[in-house]
Amino acid sequence: MDRLLNVTTAVSIVLLLMVLVSIRRAHIRVEYSMSWLFAAFGLLALSRCRPALNFVASRIGLGADSPLALFLIGGSVFLIMFFRYSIIVSHLRDDNIALAQRVAILEFHIRNSGNHG
Amino acid sequence: MKLPLGPGSLLVIIPAFNEEGAIAGVVRSVLRHVPDTPVLVIDDSSTDGTRAAARAAGAELLCLPHHLGLGGAVQAGYKLAFELGFEYVIRVDGDGQHNAADIPRILEALTTSGCEMIIGSRFVEGAGAPSSFARTLGIRFFRAVLRPILGKRVHDPTSGFVGVNRRALEVFSHSFPLEYPEIEALVVLQRRRFRFQEVPCKMYRRAAGRSSITGLKSFYYMAHVLLGVFMNVLKYEGRRRREPDAGAGG
Repeated sequence: MDRLLNVTTAVSIVLLLMVLVSIRRAHIRVEYSMSWLFAAFGLLALSRCRPALNFVASRIGLGADSPLALFLIGGSVFLIMFFRYSIIVSHLRDDNIALAQRVAILEFHIRNSGNHG
Repeated sequence: MKLPLGPGSLLVIIPAFNEEGAIAGVVRSVLRHVPDTPVLVIDDSSTDGTRAAARAAGAELLCLPHHLGLGGAVQAGYKLAFELGFEYVIRVDGDGQHNAADIPRILEALTTSGCEMIIGSRFVEGAGAPSSFARTLGIRFFRAVLRPILGKRVHDPTSGFVGVNRRALEVFSHSFPLEYPEIEALVVLQRRRFRFQEVPCKMYRRAAGRSSITGLKSFYYMAHVLLGVFMNVLKYEGRRRREPDAGAGG
């Protein structure tokens, strides 16, 4: 169990650093990095705070010292985040389609006015 | 394109993606059957010579900056037609499956029936219907699904040979299914209590290229369209419960 918690600690620290570096290099916008930062902090907190992990494990019906709790929580958080990003991508795709249509229509008007001007 | 437009103005739109082999023939055929009608080819970022072939055949071009798929391309045409003030728009596929000789029949039904949408159908009396077994099976399935939703039978729900009037054009320029649009578009119209009618049309096999819905994609198509149809129904039902007059005004 301790070794597993050390691994998840390392993973959460790496995730945290990756997110911070990405923000600094402007590879990810701050508003989209927040959920990753919260997830990494949450994972780190649960990995380092045994009573908190045991409390969560007992609340979801698993025995204390159950590593499964960590994976369940981590998996659930990532599923929610992926769903959130699917919504964001869908909005972006809709905006993108509307913009592409508008560009095509404006080009048509410009070409048409050029032909008649 | 000559502007301003007169009353009863018609635009024929042809969405096309990599249809170099068929597009010129389709455009010429449309111009032969409805000579004074502008023909707009919506090029969905083709990588072959579709644009040049369409232009050489006498079509106007609406060039999308990147590939949007069939629904996005058709909606771009509807948006432009609505902005330019066209009264009627008839969509013809760019692969040569539709017979341009049927366009006057669709236009006549549009102008005289009072329906917002006219569907060129392979399966009503007097039509021609070369269709694969899988496609025929899919069409029968969607007929059964749509019957209770639309309140009447639609023989050819997957037909892309459709004409719309300005009321439907306004709706579609704001709300149009972007992937596999034909079936969902019927439900979008139904939500507004618009009417549609089918007229018999002869259809051919593709003149060139191949269909995008093959093999496993046909299962994806079925699931996608079913989900879209039921979501539209739920949206309509929810709206109708909130506002008793919803749907009548669009």
